[in-house]
Amino acid sequence: MPADERARMDLKLLPVEASADERAAVATVFESPSEVPNTDRVAREGLTEAKARRHLLLPALHAVQKAVGWISQGALNEICRRLIVPPAEAYGVASFYAMFSTTARAPRVAHVCDDIACKLAGADAMCATFERTIGPPGTPSADGRATWLRSPCLGLCERAPAVLFQLAGSKNADDDTIAPATVDEIEQVLNGATVPAPAVGSTPQTSGTREPGLRLLRRVGVADPTSLSAYRAAGGYDALGRAIEIGPAQAITEVSVSKLQGRGGAAFPTGRKWDAVAKAAETPRYIVCNADESEPGTFKDRVLMEEDPFAIVESMTIAGFAVSAERGYLYVRGEYPLATARLEGAIRQCRADGLLGADVMGKGFVFDIELRRGAGAYICGEETALFNSIEGFRGEPRNKPPFPVEKGLFGRPTVINNVETLANVLDIVLEGGAAFAGVGTDQSTGSKLFCVSGAVERPGLYEVPFGTTLAALLERAGGVAEGRRLATVLLGGAAGTFVSPAHLDTPLTFEGTRAIGASLGSGVVMVFDEAADMRDIVLRIAAFFRDESCGQCVPCRVGTVRQEELLQRLARDGARPSPAAEADLLDELARVMRDASICGLGHTAANAPQSAVTMGLFGGTGHE
Amino acid sequence: MSSQTAATPMIDVTVDGEVVQVPEGATLLDACRTKGADTPTLCYLETLTPVNVCRVCVVELEGSRTLVPSCSRAAYHGAVVETDSPRVRHSRKLVLELLASTVDLSRASGDVKRWMDRYDVDTARFGPAAAPGERDGRDPGHHHASDGATAETVAQPVKIHDEMYVRDYSKCILCYRCVEACGEDAQNSFAIAVAGRGFDARISTEFDRKLDQSACVYCGNCIGVCPTGALVFKSEYDHREAGTWDEAKQNVTRTVCPYCGVGCNLELHVQANEIVKVTSPMDHSVTQGHLCIKGRFGWQFVQNRGSE
Ligand SMILES: Cc1cc2nc3c(=O)[nH]c(=O)nc-3n(C[C@H](O)[C@H](O)[C@H](O)COP(=O)(O)O)c2cc1C
Ligand code: SF4
Ligand code: SF4
Ligand code: SF4
Ligand code: FES
Ligand code: FES
Repeated sequence: MPADERARMDLKLLPVEASADERAAVATVFESPSEVPNTDRVAREGLTEAKARRHLLLPALHAVQKAVGWISQGALNEICRRLIVPPAEAYGVASFYAMFSTTARAPRVAHVCDDIACKLAGADAMCATFERTIGPPGTPSADGRATWLRSPCLGLCERAPAVLFQLAGSKNADDDTIAPATVDEIEQVLNGATVPAPAVGSTPQTSGTREPGLRLLRRVGVADPTSLSAYRAAGGYDALGRAIEIGPAQAITEVSVSKLQGRGGAAFPTGRKWDAVAKAAETPRYIVCNADESEPGTFKDRVLMEEDPFAIVESMTIAGFAVSAERGYLYVRGEYPLATARLEGAIRQCRADGLLGADVMGKGFVFDIELRRGAGAYICGEETALFNSIEGFRGEPRNKPPFPVEKGLFGRPTVINNVETLANVLDIVLEGGAAFAGVGTDQSTGSKLFCVSGAVERPGLYEVPFGTTLAALLERAGGVAEGRRLATVLLGGAAGTFVSPAHLDTPLTFEGTRAIGASLGSGVVMVFDEAADMRDIVLRIAAFFRDESCGQCVPCRVGTVRQEELLQRLARDGARPSPAAEADLLDELARVMRDASICGLGHTAANAPQSAVTMGLFGGTGHE
Repeated sequence: MSSQTAATPMIDVTVDGEVVQVPEGATLLDACRTKGADTPTLCYLETLTPVNVCRVCVVELEGSRTLVPSCSRAAYHGAVVETDSPRVRHSRKLVLELLASTVDLSRASGDVKRWMDRYDVDTARFGPAAAPGERDGRDPGHHHASDGATAETVAQPVKIHDEMYVRDYSKCILCYRCVEACGEDAQNSFAIAVAGRGFDARISTEFDRKLDQSACVYCGNCIGVCPTGALVFKSEYDHREAGTWDEAKQNVTRTVCPYCGVGCNLELHVQANEIVKVTSPMDHSVTQGHLCIKGRFGWQFVQNRGSE
């Protein structure tokens, strides 16, 4: 008996059958052209076919969620039967993600963002309306066809307030977003209307008179993001051509010389990663593009993917060429339907044109890309959690070491880079690492995308050279509205820190922000004027970490709960026994989370709340 | 470490200022134990793959920005470790406080109580415990924020669904041991897994189905590894509820399981002529503490026959 059959017989399935729709949905993941043939993976990695199929779990769950709106027992059963996954484990995975429902749910769902930027733009009032008209989150509408839920930041903060629709059961209605959204528009879509096209752009520097000198945003608003020929006409694929000319080793050298540092938050030198993977003894190797962007306040990668998707495909191909990886995975945040569609289109066109596949550009090397959708879990942006997610396991971070360059995706040497990091590689290869290093400062080279949102005149994505001061950046965004006063800026996102107006002259560099005890994080610059209810904002951040902790380790799983409880007491003037004592307890919680948590989520979960309390933004602690 | 031979090269690790020698491949925990430093552990078990999730075993490792879990971090020649620095004491204390304020630890081992005393654990600082509630089927990414007046816990109704055993997840510290024992590390049944996310993460079968409708084969291996009494034999649970559980009056007899030829060692715990539970010695080369349904529960038939 083949090992596969034996494994299937060992599996104890649920005594529940799937519906025809559910079965058909599961079948689609075996047909998808973007999937690596299983036999390929089995042969190369020496896995049993059962294990080699596990990575289809997330796509299969997505397919069912999309077809019927939730994951029933029958559907899970069908998935387990076809993928040979134990039902308890599949349930553990399905119940990990916010975009999957393991209980019956209405097919049309509005995920209404009530996170920071949307709060500032009136999201709470919108939610209050839905509480009144539909009922508490999750309540089905009168006809049972629709419902609404609250959502963490949807990465559309520059156009807040935002909403994401998950539209199940209809082949011609894909998930979609509206930003800025109104109650009326949301209600219409819930009632069956199609989603209106966005009217506002996200990059003020490219609207009206185009700002000169843009690098990462060079093609935004210039080249049609749905057309490969437009991309090529705008210089696309010159960089890959150049990389092939100089060869893999020199390509890595250029990246090292450029001093490019990761834009995903950790600022790790990219050249070091590439070099380590290129020198790894083990094969196969993998390239992973981290496009899970879920840090509240961050939308830079979304804009790049939506407006310049071919650049991501090209830069991943260069990375693959440089480190001799034949396969790349592009893990896109589940809440990014437009970015997903654009990237899928780009991959398809590049494959058709021989820019991906068995003989890239006719130069005899192999590289292809699989796109994977996340499903609503901030933690899956953490690199090792992302690997587990792709592999079909719960998105729990792994203990490091070993690091991804040694044991990454499928346990193999892996380069994982952020979208913006990769986008920089094109210029580095074209103009040389030294020229690239000439932009910005000595320790922070190149230009940087900043996600400016909140109380400024022109929120949006801004590209500036490293070293631009916070004040200069805010000025570009039009500053705070007439007659309002700047209260504070949240730098680096929910995992970052609040900084006071006294720090406006801080140069926006890795080293400059470090010097004031802050960090650039993912490039979030969220602006608050004195009208903002900072208690409410900080409580939202605390709730976010409590919701997004994977739950694996005690300091973070329980620490984020205790932190939220503590801040609730402070906010309600119920401090025990005194506000100062609560501030001390917060420090104690912060210390254990920072010191003993497994991953960066726990390490940073107390940053923003602690800085708010210290700065007296929270009130009630006797600091004002 | 038991399998290390004299041929294994030894490496030097400095623990609290004293150099100790451990074989290559040892962990920092091995080094701490060699030095005699009483290092708390909760999720770690010799016979299971380390998951390093509880974080109570953390130590300060020179050159590392954060503390590291000693149970899983490989020792290396020249490593310098502090096990009793203020940072280490603080994190261990807080980990134990966070757990003890959340989980019913009344049935945890004497070791746990000793560590709680040593680190001055005070759960009152987080406020009185919130009311118990259902925890299955909570939605990932959503929760109702409390007003902070009480401390949320995992207290929930006990699961008694059959005559074999009881799952009292109010006592669960989410150490993953049962999941590992049920899965790859021993049983290969994969009947239980972690479901949900964050504070709402929990041990569950698919859709929280009852065990007898799941892949469970009642090997009891999960009970054998549970450190907090969350998983218990029904017989033990009933005695405890009735107030008749008395370990002082129990005799433990070692025997070889009669059901098949594998030769598993059994420990029969007998109280007043009644077998109240069956365990298996962790150090036994065949079983490593694991059994199957026959060895673990087969005595029920013996007893039932006797009382007919
Ligand atoms: C909780 C958490 C979430 C993260 N989310 C992202 C993300 O969405 N995108 C990203 O590129 N990096 C994210 N990171 C950082 C990644 O772990 C990793 O450092 C990064 O992908 C490396 O790419 P880079 O070197 O190009 O920055 C996250 C880290 C943590 C701890
Ligand atoms: S720190 Fe939080 S998110 Fe990271 S592994 Fe621990 S519980 Fe999971
Ligand atoms: S009794 Fe055995 S099969 Fe059942 S849950 Fe426990 S370890 Fe798994
Ligand atoms: S039930 Fe017991 S063994 Fe399982 S995770 Fe909870 S405490 Fe650990
Ligand atoms: S989209 Fe709502 S806060 Fe970012
Ligand atoms: S014993 Fe080391 S992390 Fe739990």
